[in-house]
Amino acid sequence: MIIGKSYTRVDAYDKATGRTKYTEDLCDKHALVAKIKHSNVAHAIVKSVDISEAEKIPGVVKVLTCFDAPEYLFPTAGHPWSTEESHQDICDRNVLTKHVRYYGDDVAAVVAEDEVAAKRAIEAIKVEYEVLPFVLDVQEAMKDGAPQIHEKYKNNVLAHTQIHKGNYEEAIKEPGLIKIDKWYNTQTVQHCHIENFICYAWEEGGRIHVTSSTQIPHVTRRCVAQALGVDWGRVRVVKPYIGGGFGNKQDALYEPLCAWLTTQVGGRLVKLDCQREETFANNRVRHAIRYHFISWVKPDGTLVARKVECFSNQGAYASHGHAICAKGLGSFPQLYPCENFEGDGWTVFTNRQVGGAMRGYGMPQATFAIEAHTEDICTELGLDPIAYRRKTVMPVGYVDAFSKNELYSDTFNQCLDAGMKYIDFERKREAYKNQTGDIRRGIGVSLLWYNTAVWPIALETSSCRMVMNQDGSIQLQVGETEIGQGADTAFSQMAAETLGIPFEKVHIVSCQDTDVTPFGTGAYASRQTYAAGMGIRGCAEAFKAHILDVAYRYTRMQSYLMDIVDGNIIRKTDGRVLMTLGELALTVLYDREHNEHLTMEKTAQLKTNAYSFGCCFAEVEVDIPMCQVKLLNIINVHDAGTLINPALAEAQVHGGMSMGIGYGLSEKMLYDAKTGKLLNGNLLDYKLSTMMDHPHLEAQFVENPEPTSAYGTKGLGEPPVNPVASAIRNAILNATGVAFDELPMRPHLLYEKFSQAGFFQD
Amino acid sequence: MSNQYKLVTCTINGKERSAMVDVRASLTDMLRNDYGLTSVKKGCEVGECGACAVIIDGECFNSCIYLAIWADGKNITTLEGLTHPDGTLSDIQQAFVDESAIQCGFCSPGFMIEAESFLQKGKIYTDDELRKLLSGHLCRCTGYENILRAVKKVMHKRAAESV
Repeated sequence: MIIGKSYTRVDAYDKATGRTKYTEDLCDKHALVAKIKHSNVAHAIVKSVDISEAEKIPGVVKVLTCFDAPEYLFPTAGHPWSTEESHQDICDRNVLTKHVRYYGDDVAAVVAEDEVAAKRAIEAIKVEYEVLPFVLDVQEAMKDGAPQIHEKYKNNVLAHTQIHKGNYEEAIKEPGLIKIDKWYNTQTVQHCHIENFICYAWEEGGRIHVTSSTQIPHVTRRCVAQALGVDWGRVRVVKPYIGGGFGNKQDALYEPLCAWLTTQVGGRLVKLDCQREETFANNRVRHAIRYHFISWVKPDGTLVARKVECFSNQGAYASHGHAICAKGLGSFPQLYPCENFEGDGWTVFTNRQVGGAMRGYGMPQATFAIEAHTEDICTELGLDPIAYRRKTVMPVGYVDAFSKNELYSDTFNQCLDAGMKYIDFERKREAYKNQTGDIRRGIGVSLLWYNTAVWPIALETSSCRMVMNQDGSIQLQVGETEIGQGADTAFSQMAAETLGIPFEKVHIVSCQDTDVTPFGTGAYASRQTYAAGMGIRGCAEAFKAHILDVAYRYTRMQSYLMDIVDGNIIRKTDGRVLMTLGELALTVLYDREHNEHLTMEKTAQLKTNAYSFGCCFAEVEVDIPMCQVKLLNIINVHDAGTLINPALAEAQVHGGMSMGIGYGLSEKMLYDAKTGKLLNGNLLDYKLSTMMDHPHLEAQFVENPEPTSAYGTKGLGEPPVNPVASAIRNAILNATGVAFDELPMRPHLLYEKFSQAGFFQD
Repeated sequence: MSNQYKLVTCTINGKERSAMVDVRASLTDMLRNDYGLTSVKKGCEVGECGACAVIIDGECFNSCIYLAIWADGKNITTLEGLTHPDGTLSDIQQAFVDESAIQCGFCSPGFMIEAESFLQKGKIYTDDELRKLLSGHLCRCTGYENILRAVKKVMHKRAAESV
């Protein structure tokens, strides 16, 4: 078995030597440098742009403004295209804008011979604005009279969806119900991949070529073509190794602008490299979502009716838009089924930077809210939080009517059991009762639920190509991208397993090129092992069948009598090795009668999807006078189905837990209320966790193979981040009795809440 | 413009090298652009992320906030200098591979070079000390867990070998 073994990453050696080529390493150092003039107002109409001084600066090649930009509107979200216009992503951007919609919007650009000249020219550009009132808060933006950010969207509402089930209004009339009514607030955070966004573009052969640090080369190609108003085939996108993405690069960021710029300088090579400050201020962020939960429960906790409102702060442009808010909203009646449910989700434009995809895609926000609220119900009613969750969570056999996803096994109980055992939950919960004093400890839990991939909301597809070499090894190509998560290694294991060749005989073509890579939509939605797995298995099985048909010519054995095992063609009836795959490949390639180059290509369209499950337990020590939380212990338990590569799976969980710890305790983008400017857009002021901020991160697994999956897998990329902030929040509640309904739980907030709780009265 | 370039002569990964360098250039720029040392990564260019770390005369620095001209006469080691001439990995590189401490790989060179700089001192550190020593490097992929594991492994292995 090759599946389930912790093979070393296929890219580990090169990365360990530093020779792996990322986008900047590949760009010719004589490339022209592009820089962007960002607005210093949050909402305005550009009246004029004076470029006369900028043009005089030595080394400047071209200065372009929003008045030069093509009028084509384009979308940026890394979603599959839809042939139905109503399902297409919203086209609301130009490569440079005359209508500034957030502080930092792109109004002009400079192409220069070097970075210094480009930066000086940017400073020399003078922009005259007609300044408009702006709005940063999501609910303020919905009010009548709020600044209108996009013409077509009344009250700035990009989208509003409702889920109605049963009869909420009737159900709440039942006598004896307890009403629990609370608001939960999540903050804006950034992906903070260590490689900033970078791309470069040039023209060659009458086409526009873009090399980009992206998760979604095929989608980006289409977005670039839309932005420039050219045929899709005239654009080529190459994706090299990338230094992390986490969803930010699941968006067309500055590829359309860079592609346009090269067309404005005669097709010369133009590099656009975001600085860290631009990655913070001008790329995408995680949506801040505000939730209002009203639950009606019986004294034993039975959930009778629930109403949820979600207000998602989209920022200036649609990007991934409502999909993120909707994913979270849709999760609530599934995770804790409720007969009478009313849910409303609003995604609203504001004059803030743009919310896009980020690891978890709305689920870290939603999980914080639902798991904080579930804990609040337990606290209010005096119920055991574990027993309550076991009783009310999605039961085994649950099937979602829309996605047809099913909970096949007793996974929640298994995950909870593993987590409780590791962290010694019951003993500690008992020990932490009735604490007094300045330093208190607490322990908390959160469940996690995640929907892998995007079917049936959008197309799910993955294509795969295999080409055999003369030695019986293969090149493996898929459109799904390696972004650090280890996808290439997992894909290689899958191909080796199904084709029957050693792992070392699979040479994955790591980097995608839309000219040669078979179509795939890229890295997102934790779909890599599930979606690409189907493409790979389908291709490998067809390839194997074809190889055995070809082998008949040389072995005289019927194909059904043969198999490929460990790189050999064997006769199944007695296990005899008839020839090696290398012998077959060499012979058939140079056969003067029946020459053939052995290859296979298949597309898998998925019409299924899979739930992914787990939980997190956190133990904290709270220093009340210092308003500090120290995380003492933390464990995530995941049921991601069959693990293709346990070591890489574990590493993936660590990274998600780390992101969740930052989300819970330290990370927050701060905006100036007076100007709308981002105040802490750098790695010093934005508090990303360092190694000192973590305890040991324990990752454990329960493996219930997913019946609909080619290799038993379900999503693992995003889920680990989701339950962490809520588990920490519930641990702080356990320690102090103070319920935090806002993130992050940093000292500023602790001081405020502890003051309100009366902790600091003499 | 004649004052804008200076000859910088230094030892890089054991070899004496010279180049005319823009006086405004950072050591990161020089190592990447003049010597093709791609392990020296740019993550922030203001000394916050640690991805550009190199060893200068035995001490680890963020090369992005170290002027190239300051490197004149100095002895510099980048991650490329840890790999043996035959391509085999040094113990710290191998440990990062074996412990799954590398994911996207962008921060990895900085961590490895930092670890090499303090592990050369041959001291045994506590976990808390190691966490502090490595806290100048940011990583979004690994949660630092396997990085710490890899560094500890080398620390103990070297200690055992030196006895």
